[in-house]
Amino acid sequence: MTQDKASRARGDRREAGSGGTRLPYYPGCTLKTTARNLEDSALAVARALGIELVELPRWNCCGVVASLTDDDLMRHLAPLRNLIRVQEANAAGIVEDEMRLVTLCSMCFNTLKRTNARVAERPEDLEKLNDLMYKEEDYEGGVEVVHFLEILREIDPETIRRNVKRPLEGLKVAPYYGCTLLRPKEIGIDDPERPTAQDDIIRELGAEVVDNPRKTVCCGSYQTVANKDAVADLAYDILTHARAAGADVLTTFCPLCAFNLDNRQREVAARHPDFEHMPVLYLTQLMALAFGLGEEACRFDLNFVDPAGVLEASQLVKEES
Amino acid sequence: MSTKTSMMERISESTRSLTTGVDTKDVEHWVTIHIMGRGYRVPADLTIMTAMEFAGYKLIRSCGCRQGFCGACATVFRRKGEYRLETALACQTRVEDGMSLVQIPFVPADAASYDVAAEEYSYTVFSKHYPEVARCVSCNTCTKACPQDLEVMDYVQAAIKGDFEALTEASFDCIQCGLCAIRCPAEIAQYHVAQLGRRMYGRYGSAEPEHLKNRVAQIEQGEFDEALDELVGATKDDLKKRYAARERESD
Repeated sequence: MTQDKASRARGDRREAGSGGTRLPYYPGCTLKTTARNLEDSALAVARALGIELVELPRWNCCGVVASLTDDDLMRHLAPLRNLIRVQEANAAGIVEDEMRLVTLCSMCFNTLKRTNARVAERPEDLEKLNDLMYKEEDYEGGVEVVHFLEILREIDPETIRRNVKRPLEGLKVAPYYGCTLLRPKEIGIDDPERPTAQDDIIRELGAEVVDNPRKTVCCGSYQTVANKDAVADLAYDILTHARAAGADVLTTFCPLCAFNLDNRQREVAARHPDFEHMPVLYLTQLMALAFGLGEEACRFDLNFVDPAGVLEASQLVKEES
Repeated sequence: MSTKTSMMERISESTRSLTTGVDTKDVEHWVTIHIMGRGYRVPADLTIMTAMEFAGYKLIRSCGCRQGFCGACATVFRRKGEYRLETALACQTRVEDGMSLVQIPFVPADAASYDVAAEEYSYTVFSKHYPEVARCVSCNTCTKACPQDLEVMDYVQAAIKGDFEALTEASFDCIQCGLCAIRCPAEIAQYHVAQLGRRMYGRYGSAEPEHLKNRVAQIEQGEFDEALDELVGATKDDLKKRYAARERESD
């Protein structure tokens, strides 16, 4: 693709939510395994908003943290190959002149966008990587890696409000960002120190935004494999600050943050007897709830801390009779 | 299918000089190949396997069905003046002038031990028995190495995603030659991973075929006992006659 065509693709962008927008979508491995609650809720919410997220054919693992290494170019093959798949999807007519690649997992978002930025900055790296691709066409540099939250923020607030069938009145939500949506700041989608990207949407759902001073603190990431206790202590710190600020639930977009803040509450409770469990939800799960899209879209069954109690208290779900 | 047929015809053609004992005086075209660094002049129409035999090697490993199905004759070669390291089955690949080659008689790669009936039908089965699948960097070297032209990287990725059906579809024609595993920078034994995936899909993912169920029931009801007894009791000559007259696909 020529530079000309790439910029036209960006310039031509239709307003998301204006009906029938088809966007190439990169799920990532975790969304197909442990984080189906993120994928199922996001796809349902997107559909309700008139956006079709078209799964990228033949996508592979994004490359994860290994691809952040500076001196091991081979690690960038995985993310770059996914960007080539976007070119292929356009060439095959699976999407039409649409070079935005939508991600849901913030880790995949970060990895793909960083490789994209790296090859834009270092043409010699791109040449070397293209050379190693063998059969694939060369990556031309025209893809724009975006996060679903950015797409949501482009949507007219009125459209979101119109979809709200059951306002989340009385629910206090602490949006959490962690690292990968924000840092480094060239990659991040919001102010790395004072992010507010989720706030408007939470308010449009009818809920109250609670400001958690720990919303940009790292969850401990992959330390969760070797050092559960350190991660449990971080989770305790983040969640108790959210609790102190008055939050009922915490929202995130990252399956790894969700694991560390949700599943690790078992270890948190063991280490801190005063700890009170708090549901950790993907923002899209709250949206699916407010949109009235049903349990198969909300997928609360996959959350470790069952949000039913909190939601019942706010009269957002019916109590089992 | 037509390419397969013509390939088989070519192989049959290429081995004729050996199988029919054609005198080397009659061979018009010759090439020089290098087997493990040593040069040999061989008839140009041979496969790598028959060329090695022509050169005097007696193949007790790296040789099996000679028809491209068993996966025993994995070979690594470079063409004259080419930087690219290529892989092939020796019985399926014609020699070329200047080719430098070696056979890979065996690929050391442990196959995990598991009881399919006791495993959970979940993506976790791969990380349990072959945790190294997570090391895949999507370099696609495995796909380049595959003599069956399978999309090996795609099926490894399918394993990571827990997509048993996609893995089965993509890996079905694997002949377990091991060339993918010997080239993989992440040290994954792709063919073992695929076999685990196919076994799991076969047990839990795919529908039980109606014809198989019916046939097993027929066997259990003793429908074929009489015919089998008849064969067991037949003389050798009678068996030979029956074999020659059997119903079979055309060559």
